Amino acid sequence: MVRVVLPAHLRTLARAEAEVRLEVEGQVTQRSVLDALEARYPMLSGTLRDHVTQKRRAFVRFFACEQDLSHESPDEPLPLPVASGAEPLLVVGAIAGGRIS
Amino acid sequence: MSSVRVLVGTRKGAFVLSADGKRERWEVSGPHFAGWEIFHVKGSPVDPNRLYASQSTGWHGQVMQRSNDGGQTWEPVGNKFIYGGVAGTHQWYDGTPHPWEFKRVWHLEPSLTDPDTVYAGVEDAALFRSDDGGTTWQELCGLRRHGSGPRWQPGGGGMCLHTILLDPSNLNRIFVAISAAGAFRSDDGGETWQPINRGLNSPFLPDPKAEIGHCVHRIAMHPSRPDVLFMQKHWDVMRSDDAGDSWREVSGDLPTDFGFAIDVHAHEPETVYVVPIKSDSEHYPLDGKLRVYRSRTGGNEWEPLTNGLPQSDCYVNVLRDAMAVDSLDSCGLYFGTTGGQVYASADAGDHWSAIVRDLPAVLSVEVQTLA
Repeated sequence: MVRVVLPAHLRTLARAEAEVRLEVEGQVTQRSVLDALEARYPMLSGTLRDHVTQKRRAFVRFFACEQDLSHESPDEPLPLPVASGAEPLLVVGAIAGGRIS
Repeated sequence: MSSVRVLVGTRKGAFVLSADGKRERWEVSGPHFAGWEIFHVKGSPVDPNRLYASQSTGWHGQVMQRSNDGGQTWEPVGNKFIYGGVAGTHQWYDGTPHPWEFKRVWHLEPSLTDPDTVYAGVEDAALFRSDDGGTTWQELCGLRRHGSGPRWQPGGGGMCLHTILLDPSNLNRIFVAISAAGAFRSDDGGETWQPINRGLNSPFLPDPKAEIGHCVHRIAMHPSRPDVLFMQKHWDVMRSDDAGDSWREVSGDLPTDFGFAIDVHAHEPETVYVVPIKSDSEHYPLDGKLRVYRSRTGGNEWEPLTNGLPQSDCYVNVLRDAMAVDSLDSCGLYFGTTGGQVYASADAGDHWSAIVRDLPAVLSVEVQTLA
């Protein structure tokens, strides 16, 4: 069971608790976790990664185990404590702000 | 008894303001979608309980919401806006080619005949339509593929398609406006488009009378006379009597003809409202006085409406989608400001009062007249 902590905006959109628990099939990667998250909460599609390119949205970051994993390949295995559920994957809205212009 | 429901989009959520036909006592509901930017909320003219809302943030992009009960409850619907075919490029601010990239939905226009059909005007400028209540969206590619598309450039607020007008007498006719490409019309339900900018004069362009490139801020139409259009351009208030084939300036005696919002009285097709703004570098009212101007002659002759509006030290803006009229016997007029006020007049602009004063900056105002 993988634990994912959502930022406030996405909790309200998904009507979910701050931390959601997901069954992830196969290797636990950013992509497989986000696939499972979007399958459970379809309204989150497009809010974390682009619908088409699947690239992470610029102001969304992924942290876990005191590391910034945002720039890792989405197919890179996540740290074992995340895969085991010992540690959560934190989805964070960048503190830099949300306005591009 | 009739009632009205004012749908307000703000920088930090949506609000629904409700009153009976007297429009004196208001109930305020919200914020809905707290913390998100709500560019626009609009109801279906066929089923007033069917509302659509455009919700976005810089962090998480675009979300679309639909309500089937007049805004009491909402459900997220489809947010997948994919440009048709090869997206191509338009011009960037510096004139270099820039790929078309979806950013947000600025304006929603529900169909006049089907509550499940709704149009969306988006940035980067394109027109989308949903025929399934917002679940899926398809681009009407003919607009963006107009031969001028690669020459379109963004205005200061981005390259947004912000105005969609549906002709009630001819369901195949659609008008749109894009900053800063100009106005366009389709006569075949959105398949093909032609620019309708003849008569516009924009000194910031190399050719001030060019076919495209004009920063049209807003177009308004009275449903009984869909060939008559009124336009608030970046500078200049304009009028067309031939469905946009030609335009003439009707700024007349306005103290400044810069502005964003424009609308037409519900029962008097020659009565037009604008909110003059000082200039394109100073987006607030002239002399700190918030004044709506009304013309009862279809333009040129304007009178200031000030009763109940602040006449000193007022430096708010009124954005392009932030004015609306109801269709009660005594036409109601509403507008919202970047200072968070929503002002209402139940007598066509003669007297004003604030329904609310301290909302987040108002991006859009729509009103529904309910039986």
